[in-house]
Amino acid sequence: MITLNNIKKTYNKGTVSAVQNINFSVNKGEIFGLIGPDGAGKTTLFRILTTLLLADEGTATVNGFDVVKDYGKIRDCVGYMPGKFSLYQDLTIEENLNFFATVFGTTIRENYHLIKDIYVQIEPFKNRRAGKLSGGMKQKLALCCALIHKPVVLFLDEPTTGVDVVSRKEFWEMLKRLKAQGITILVSTAYMDEAKLCDRIALIQKGKILSIETPEKIVESFPVKLFAIRGGKAYKLLEDMRAFNGTDSCFAFGDALHVTFKNDENNTVLQYLDSKGHIGVSIETITPTVEDCFIRLLKK
Amino acid sequence: MRPVIKTDKLTKRFGAFVAANELTFEVEKGEIFGFLGANGAGKTTAMRMLCGLLMPSSGKATIAGFDVYTQTDQIKRRIGYMSQKFSLYDDLTVTENIRFYGGIYGMEIKEIKAKTLELLAELQLEKEAKTLVRDLPLGWKQKLAFSVSLVHSPDIVFLDEPTGGVDPVTRRQFWDLIYHAADKGVTVFVTTHYMDEAEYCNRVSIMVDGVIAALDSPAKLKKKYGYDNIEDVFYELARKAKRSE
Amino acid sequence: MKQLLVFIRKEFLQVFRDRKTLLMLFGLPIAQIVLFGFALSTEIKDSKIVVVDYAKDETSTQIITKIAGSRYFDVQQSLQSTAQLEAAFKKGIIKMAVVFPANFSKDLLHTNHATIQIIADASDPNTATTITNYITNIINTYNVQLANAAGQPLQIVPEVQMLYNPELKGAPNFVPGVMALVLMLVCTMMTSVTIVKEKELGTMEILLVSPFKPIYIIFSKLVPNLIISIVNLFIILILSSVFLDLQVKGSLLLLVFATTLFIVTSLSVGLLLSIGAKTQQAAMTSSLMGMMLPTMLLTGFLFPIENMPWLLQVLANLVPSRWFFIIVKRVMLEGLGFAAVWKEILILVAMCAFLLTISLRSFKIRLQ
Repeated sequence: MITLNNIKKTYNKGTVSAVQNINFSVNKGEIFGLIGPDGAGKTTLFRILTTLLLADEGTATVNGFDVVKDYGKIRDCVGYMPGKFSLYQDLTIEENLNFFATVFGTTIRENYHLIKDIYVQIEPFKNRRAGKLSGGMKQKLALCCALIHKPVVLFLDEPTTGVDVVSRKEFWEMLKRLKAQGITILVSTAYMDEAKLCDRIALIQKGKILSIETPEKIVESFPVKLFAIRGGKAYKLLEDMRAFNGTDSCFAFGDALHVTFKNDENNTVLQYLDSKGHIGVSIETITPTVEDCFIRLLKK
Repeated sequence: MRPVIKTDKLTKRFGAFVAANELTFEVEKGEIFGFLGANGAGKTTAMRMLCGLLMPSSGKATIAGFDVYTQTDQIKRRIGYMSQKFSLYDDLTVTENIRFYGGIYGMEIKEIKAKTLELLAELQLEKEAKTLVRDLPLGWKQKLAFSVSLVHSPDIVFLDEPTGGVDPVTRRQFWDLIYHAADKGVTVFVTTHYMDEAEYCNRVSIMVDGVIAALDSPAKLKKKYGYDNIEDVFYELARKAKRSE
Repeated sequence: MKQLLVFIRKEFLQVFRDRKTLLMLFGLPIAQIVLFGFALSTEIKDSKIVVVDYAKDETSTQIITKIAGSRYFDVQQSLQSTAQLEAAFKKGIIKMAVVFPANFSKDLLHTNHATIQIIADASDPNTATTITNYITNIINTYNVQLANAAGQPLQIVPEVQMLYNPELKGAPNFVPGVMALVLMLVCTMMTSVTIVKEKELGTMEILLVSPFKPIYIIFSKLVPNLIISIVNLFIILILSSVFLDLQVKGSLLLLVFATTLFIVTSLSVGLLLSIGAKTQQAAMTSSLMGMMLPTMLLTGFLFPIENMPWLLQVLANLVPSRWFFIIVKRVMLEGLGFAAVWKEILILVAMCAFLLTISLRSFKIRLQ
């Protein structure tokens, strides 16, 4: 459904590089995640694919149409939710939705079945102005607006940024239901924990793709054993583990330290921590998360 | 130990709407306290009362021993504040930003100079001392903003969603700084949307509809609610919320 | 077509929900007209004048006494010669001078006809007109008395001379000036701000990605502003008729036509400004700074263009409001028809076509 070939884009007359040599394709009916921090180039890619920006080099297609030549046809068949998108603050929910439906040449009634699940949650407030909605409700309304014309491909640029956990969970539930209806979804996020909810993900940093895989395979490809160390005084433990000469990497992860060693068999570490005065320290092997993988890829 | 933040039935009403209802909790010196809640649960209101920016409707609270009703000036001298949205001036250099904040808190020029060098060294920003803040990567800006909020050696620092949008390595480097500050005895009061960050805290409170629905160490909360991560605990509590902003 | 209507409806909804913009839109013209209205209706009392009496006879002394007795005038002193007059005017000490020629009474008796010279400082045209009217009234009254007493028609004719601003540019000129200024500002600012607002909100991205044609976006931004501006035109016309007693002398239809032309020109300028601006604030500043100054300075209603250095005169020709100002003056104040303004209208048409083409061409269908 979406293909990118050697896409490159620079800003300020070539002095600032946004993305380089981007190649990937998204299959029909797939949720594909672009995972990376702010400034990684996610928004640039979205804008190239939605025909809003021209790439310096390379080609890309959406639904079989070229993003440069057939931009009109692409604009007919995609739904897009930009990162900063905040709707018309001074229009009500219903007015916003009606407006976007008409702009896309359709009516709310015609495609109501697509948005019904989402819309019923915000319908009680339909006469409230968008500027007075909570983050989660705004996000739902924005999704309704992006869906109202029954797009075959949906582009969602950081839809969950700044939204609380409850709304984020609900939002991903909605994406799953849309996927079941055959809509292809390209979604970007800075939250690593959302990666596991995608079918496939591309990890992106500083305009380059570090890896493209299913979340499971990315985790499987973690090359060394990962240990979780718990106990004692957190900050001291962190400092001491970093100072340990067998340590390859050591990062705080929630209540534990995630540690990799230069050599997977490491029996001396507990002794070492004991000698530093840590009491009740436990160590166990764990399955890496996508975030562990991302950190490891960044370190390289 | 004497608590640095102590509230007793702290309440804020806006007309008939009770934004924060009878909040009662204590935060110890050097503690990292996570302040969680869904959008609209009343976090911002509570935090503004504690910073002396908003007058409570009823209840008591002391910050670093000062009363939030009558001693807001003293409170402001004893706290640091950093939010994701605003902290540094984009069009001033790193050094100028530090000097500015030092000046605001009435520090001596000598003291500011010494502190500036110390900060730059700690952040390894010596080479960027004369760079405009706008030209720094986001992650560095956040680290700098945090350090600047500590420039006047406050007792407590309030962090309002400090780590949005940075990569996981930078996020951890940021938390290293927080740990370091707490280790030196600064109390850290932090709000975040990243639930894994909640697990870095010594204790967390979860606000739902204006009241504190849970307050304990992450480990005890997980045990109590029977989940293996804070995210699920949070979800369990927050989805019962009736109100949104 | 339905899409377009929905879009236009949305624009209206947004305008009417934004109290601040509304206030600016309709408050600005009202405030301007009312301000000028009050400024103009103030009665003039005790204007300082001098009398130069070369005649020194019974008739002249009688007239001087009458003038001095009027509450409108405060006779400063009697100068010995007109040579001292200019200095007094330049210092701004006096507003008017009344000069009796040496053979005043002789003329009156022998030819039944004499003149009094009245010289007024017309740099404040409003005051000058008013006080010369007062003095003419006094002289006319005296004429009637004199004729009755003598039993034959004797006539003293005041010879009025306006110094510094002989055409008396001023009072009524402000209305066309205010029209040009208000319409220009409102149109450019509204257009650029509403377009940039969509950019800031991110809604522009959605609209560009939608099948809705970019040209329609522009069109639906322009239509509401056009309508609002025409409403504004009528507000100004009604207010100036009520407050300033200034009615449209010529064809209203012609005036509305010319104004519409000018509005579309201004809207195109706004569109052009919006392309470069990234924030609403930037759009606002560039419309204010970029449009207000040239409109105020180079339109000709504050400062006569003929007296400017040649470079500014050339530049003034490029300012649309200059031509609009001329049209309004001729149609509204002088009551002239199409024949008198066709050249200016043609210039405006050309400017409008040029600006509209450029701005439509440079409106991006993609982001930068």
